[in-house]
Amino acid sequence: MLRNGEIMIRDITLGQYYQADSVIHKLDPRVKLVATIGFIISLFVVDGWIGYVVAALFLACMIKLSKVPFGYMVKGMKAIVFILMITVVFNLFLTPGEPLVTFWKLRITKEGLRIAVMMAVRLSFLIVGSSLMTLTTTPNSLTDGMEKLMGPLKYVKVPVHEVAMMMSIALRFIPILLEETDKIMKAQIARGADFESGNLVKKAKAMVPLLVPLFISAFRRANDLAMAMEARCYRGGEHRTKMKPLRYRSADRAAYCVLLLYFAGCVAIRVCL
Amino acid sequence: MGIIKTNKLTFEYIRRDEEGNVEGITRAVDGVDLDIKQGDFIAVLGHNGSGKSTFAKHINAILYPTEGTIWVDGMDTQDEKHLWDIRQEAGMVFQNPDNQIIGQMVEEDVGFGPENMGVPTEEIWERVEESLKAVGMYEYRKHSPNKLSGGQKQRVSIAGVIAMHPKCIILDEPTAMLDPNGRKEVIRAVRALNDVEGITVVLITHYMEEIIHADMVFVMDQGHIAMEGTPREIFSRVDELKELRLDVPQVTLLAHELRQNGVNLPEGILTIEEFTEALAAVSGHQ
Amino acid sequence: MSLILDHVNYVYGEDTSLAVHALKDINLVIPDGQFIGLIGHTGSGKSTLVQHLNGLIRPTSGAIYYNGEDIHDGDYDKKKLRSKVGLVFQYPEHQLFEIDVFKDVCFGPKNLGLSQKETELRAYAALKQVGLADEYFYQSPFDLSGGQKRRVAIAGVLAMKPDILILDEPTAGLDPKGRDEILDQIAKLKEETGITVILVSHSMEDVAKYVERIIVMNRGSVLFDDVPREVFQHYRELEQVGLAAPQVTYIMQALAKRGMKVDTAVTTIREAGQEILRALAL
Repeated sequence: MLRNGEIMIRDITLGQYYQADSVIHKLDPRVKLVATIGFIISLFVVDGWIGYVVAALFLACMIKLSKVPFGYMVKGMKAIVFILMITVVFNLFLTPGEPLVTFWKLRITKEGLRIAVMMAVRLSFLIVGSSLMTLTTTPNSLTDGMEKLMGPLKYVKVPVHEVAMMMSIALRFIPILLEETDKIMKAQIARGADFESGNLVKKAKAMVPLLVPLFISAFRRANDLAMAMEARCYRGGEHRTKMKPLRYRSADRAAYCVLLLYFAGCVAIRVCL
Repeated sequence: MGIIKTNKLTFEYIRRDEEGNVEGITRAVDGVDLDIKQGDFIAVLGHNGSGKSTFAKHINAILYPTEGTIWVDGMDTQDEKHLWDIRQEAGMVFQNPDNQIIGQMVEEDVGFGPENMGVPTEEIWERVEESLKAVGMYEYRKHSPNKLSGGQKQRVSIAGVIAMHPKCIILDEPTAMLDPNGRKEVIRAVRALNDVEGITVVLITHYMEEIIHADMVFVMDQGHIAMEGTPREIFSRVDELKELRLDVPQVTLLAHELRQNGVNLPEGILTIEEFTEALAAVSGHQ
Repeated sequence: MSLILDHVNYVYGEDTSLAVHALKDINLVIPDGQFIGLIGHTGSGKSTLVQHLNGLIRPTSGAIYYNGEDIHDGDYDKKKLRSKVGLVFQYPEHQLFEIDVFKDVCFGPKNLGLSQKETELRAYAALKQVGLADEYFYQSPFDLSGGQKRRVAIAGVLAMKPDILILDEPTAGLDPKGRDEILDQIAKLKEETGITVILVSHSMEDVAKYVERIIVMNRGSVLFDDVPREVFQHYRELEQVGLAAPQVTYIMQALAKRGMKVDTAVTTIREAGQEILRALAL
């Protein structure tokens, strides 16, 4: 059982960075962030089949360019399929309208079918689109991109740098804490702990011997890390220079143009058709 | 005045019980006086709770003395305007390799210090390259720290300090969590820094074999400096070391036992070669 | 009454491209009452091996028998096995969680479904066995020193009354004083109770003094399995796999090379001293 648990933790590949040498990988993270947001908005702008075909084509081109194997992306999506199914089923059965099929107390309507299919398409495009961003961008450059994009918020007292630093530290410590969880779990099992049987209350109680040491360890690490950062002259975002500053290159400008064209196309489809 | 000088350095902290009432005062560091020359390799020994780590944290201005003074390169650590200069000049490497690496890629971590200091981008890259080369980790620059061994992680941490161009580097039990291979790797890197770059090294440890090459050794016990001298001088005082519950290399211990049994060996033997030479001389006489 | 490993193999991430053959054809017999040192550097498979012994990891192929029964048989009671084969992990103090020391040690026996009285008796006995003074029993485990915390954690496993006690790097991160105290305590425990003890370590010097048998692991295989003095004779092979014999071995080898007639197989300083004195007297 524990082996399954272990594998489960490692299986969450959804949107984990995939190393490859592609145009998309090399784009500035800000471009990819803006593009992802733009793409998601475009999915809600268009509402006809032609629009979806355009979006699908756009997405397919990007995937092709990114050199991330499609199979790899789909594999990572397994965890989401369940949520997708629920949405589809709800829409399918609960939308009132002209009945197509009726059996027992359930009824599928024409409108329901339409909405369900549309939701499924939208959601899966949305997931594929955003995972394409995380697959082609290291978490660190993603945080860098966010920090830079949100930069103006500094002037309204939003601690942009601090939030970005927190995110990047969190990302670094997730694998360490996962490993630690596994170790503590095993150690408590060796002391006869049982994390699996019993009802919900019993299971929740059984988590105490896992969570207390985990929290203590996380605090200890945070404390150590804060000291190490201070010792290395860390004093917030002021006076700080960047080893890898973000600079737009011609490819990034071209990407913005492509994005703009696509978006304009989507709006045109919505307005004209 | 040397690169690090202390005058009656004392650090006390107040112990409190659960309700916050004062239970007592602990003197972690108690009247330490020392003067460390630029370019020296210094080892500070002592068992856990001897005050050696607390002392080390004073050099980097993480802790401030409650009494006495410590100067780093002539700057009083209590003088706030020197704080960042001191932290840049006296770099620090800690015990747990996982809890001091900030970057998600080796090179990004090494660049962290220079970034904080406001070094221009091109120069950061130069510094990162030279520092990673100095500890032999350049080929790993694109790796994730999570995939490295303990010894490699510590070498990355050392590179992160060197990239700040310090005059002095303090290593607080950098090998305590490593296996013998990792320990050797780290000590080799530290010695190279001292020999080649001339950086002053303060190595805090409880492993005796790591101090053999030091210029000067300080042994701490209960916040005091209990012994000081060259490694040879220290190791010739086997009984005192045993009393302080410190390890002595087996070869030193063996020579000591033989001496007590009437074999005329010199005190303070540190290596196997010295031992066999000395023993050959003795048996030749007999 | 013994633990037998029969052609045990273990592969990490078996059906992925990153498969690692962590254990390769391990055959071992661990009889009652032995004091064993399991040596190997990081990644040699020693930690994976010990997790097989109490059924935490299931071998990819091969079988493990405890007292003649296959521990991975469908109806085999794993919980009972884990109480009989006690495993103390590396840095075990990181698993302490209760509000006081005594409660924490009670966790193991309580999980076995023992009565309150029996649980407390065992916890008390275990804390005594690891040499923790009574005054600490009702303190928070987090207020103790590093060495004391580790004792409490070891007591937590001892309270389950194991027949085999496995300690994974019990001295990691301790200073020489703490290390000697813990090892002495374990040796004493072994003497008093007669249980089997497996000490996992990467330091030959630490275990040479205590154990009667050394198993050396390298790259997932058993490289040597013998009494210490025999294992140390292979000091060159040990070096090749990133381990080392105790310094005494090197001293004696260096002396023998110079023509001194000494027994190179001694393992402790006392023996070495006597050997040299004997050779000098000739």
